[in-house]
Amino acid sequence: MVKHHHHPKPVTTRFFSRGTLVLMALALAGGSAYLYRLIFGLAAATNLDNQYPWGIWISIDVASGVALAAGGFTTAALADIFHKEKYHAIVRPALLTAMLGYTFAVIGLLADLGRYYNVWHPMLPSMWQGDSVLFEVGICVIIYLSVLYIEFLPIVAERFMGRVNLPGPLRIFNRVVDSWLTVCHQFLSRFISLFIVAGVVLSCLHQSSLGTLMVIAPTKVHPLWYTPTLPLLFLMSAIAVGFPMVIFESILASRSFKLKPERELLSGIALYTPVLLAAYLAVKIADLVERDAVGYVFEGSVQSVMFLIEVGLGVVAPLVILLSRRARNSITGLFTASSLVIFGVALNRINVFLVSYTPLYPVKQYFPSPLEVLVTIGLISTLVLVYRAMVMIFPVIAAPPADAPREVLVTAPPAEPKGATS
Amino acid sequence: MTLDRREMLRLAGVGCAALATGVRPADAAKEPPGPVAPDAFAVLVDTVACIGCRKCEWACNVENRLSDAPAESFDDLKVVDTPRRPDHDAFTIVNRYRTPADHDHSWTVKLQCMHCVDPACASACLVGALSKDEDGPVGYDAWKCIGCRYCMIACPFQIPAYEYAKPVEPRVRKCTFCEPRLDEGRSPACVAICPNEALTFGTRQELLDAAHTRIQGTPDRYFPHVYGEFEAGGTCWLYLAPVDFKYTGLPALDEKPIPHHTERIQHAIFKSFVPPLALYGVLGLIMHALRGEDGHQETHRG
Repeated sequence: MVKHHHHPKPVTTRFFSRGTLVLMALALAGGSAYLYRLIFGLAAATNLDNQYPWGIWISIDVASGVALAAGGFTTAALADIFHKEKYHAIVRPALLTAMLGYTFAVIGLLADLGRYYNVWHPMLPSMWQGDSVLFEVGICVIIYLSVLYIEFLPIVAERFMGRVNLPGPLRIFNRVVDSWLTVCHQFLSRFISLFIVAGVVLSCLHQSSLGTLMVIAPTKVHPLWYTPTLPLLFLMSAIAVGFPMVIFESILASRSFKLKPERELLSGIALYTPVLLAAYLAVKIADLVERDAVGYVFEGSVQSVMFLIEVGLGVVAPLVILLSRRARNSITGLFTASSLVIFGVALNRINVFLVSYTPLYPVKQYFPSPLEVLVTIGLISTLVLVYRAMVMIFPVIAAPPADAPREVLVTAPPAEPKGATS
Repeated sequence: MTLDRREMLRLAGVGCAALATGVRPADAAKEPPGPVAPDAFAVLVDTVACIGCRKCEWACNVENRLSDAPAESFDDLKVVDTPRRPDHDAFTIVNRYRTPADHDHSWTVKLQCMHCVDPACASACLVGALSKDEDGPVGYDAWKCIGCRYCMIACPFQIPAYEYAKPVEPRVRKCTFCEPRLDEGRSPACVAICPNEALTFGTRQELLDAAHTRIQGTPDRYFPHVYGEFEAGGTCWLYLAPVDFKYTGLPALDEKPIPHHTERIQHAIFKSFVPPLALYGVLGLIMHALRGEDGHQETHRG
């Protein structure tokens, strides 16, 4: 449906490397910790208590995870809605990141839910509770996740339509799957834009509503973060972190897969970031001034230090770096600035959901248990592994190999990597 | 912010008007009404009369089959000297408090779910597992619950406790107002057993009147404030104390019902789904308008 400079194709590298082995070990450890939590319960696995009902599974796995998956809707908006056609090359990697990011946010959430097997309850109209911010977040995330999978279908169709070859006895389904893919392809090649716009709207809704969540605790959230403007700040920071996330991943992927980094494209989207960061910073400062909360910035508490790190290192520093054309035009500059933005937005979510949260009657300070940390690390590792496997199976990445100056048209699909499960 | 301040002023104004006319603020403020009927059940806790005997704790434990702690364990009155919190196996507890200045004087305060007029937990709950009964109690339906614990984040009194130790079917646990007993026309177990009439059961309006009468009748015994009349939009459990309420373990709260903080934002964004649909339409139009000449046959319908 779109012309590409380089058409995306499956990456041809060996799946296994020293890095993937380390990730597999971490994923295995995290998976065991996850299982331990399911069998023995939250008290055995976590340091959560009545005073601290939410820990790192909510603040990192869910809140930061969803924020960092924002690249999916910002690139879709840029390339498909505002028709900056040259950026189509980054739409698919961003889409895959969003799809996996949300999937793993949900898996992380399931670990935290006391009755994870009831997670589908918000879909029952008899239980809808429209006053609840969490209800809105939940419904939006469920629908958006479906939209992301639908948006990914054309990529599956492109890869396998006409050559579905299921292993073993499953091969009797070859024809059914093939015609299903064809139907999907035909339907989506006409109506995909409906889903693309829906994805952007749904993202705006729940990215902001995630910020509304903590507005319900006016007496527990530190005044540096407690503001009715929180939903706007969440939306603006999610939009700001979208492109840096794409840049960060693209550079890592090109290094790992020995591809030529699409430096010009990345420099192009990096130009938007200082503008978005500046707007976010302006609203954040204006809000502090309006609420007479500036004084808290220098009160010397843990919260004030974390706030300074969040804003100084996570917003101001990358903003300054990316104002320089030289930094924007160098891989090092792009990578440093993007990492800082990602760090800043992730830390913001951790600050809002955890650091700022002061229970009324604390018994002991919450600190994540080793198992909580293990589950989080395991989920991130698994996500990276699945991403690696997916870009080897599906045509996602459009960058040319590092040694190939020109696009070479490949007609036969490359050999499929094995062992993509973990 | 600005709107918020105006709102606060307006609410305060309504509160004053309500005071003057004797109308309950929940009715006067035509805000999402606390669905509490004027004759909602309530309990008045008179901490001046409370002797810290822990009989209410024991009755609660028996009535709700909470823990197998033996009856004698509730005779240990030293327990109240170390502040405790309600928990998954203790819906109510009694704590002793003093002012920092005067260590000879002390008073005991019973704590449990306040059964708010406009409860934050019920507003937070995404599946309606927590809900306000128009009789007064804030009830919990474990069958609906998904265990997200957002109610615990939301509660301004930090009351809901969780059964973290249970791998399956963990529940949010809190005072039920002895709803089954109310249905039978009986008072809650703690009220029934209280030997010193520190707990009075009645309708919210009756008890507010009674509380103000006690303050006026014996002003030297009571701090002139009924806690729960307006706090967080009002609660069905009301308190009298001999001292300023900052020495009672009850949190200082303004009069704005907690759900108003979020529901106002929430309902503004989702007003009849107009803003989301408008955004959809605008983005669709942009997508259509900016379509390139070399364009792809995108058949978009905003």
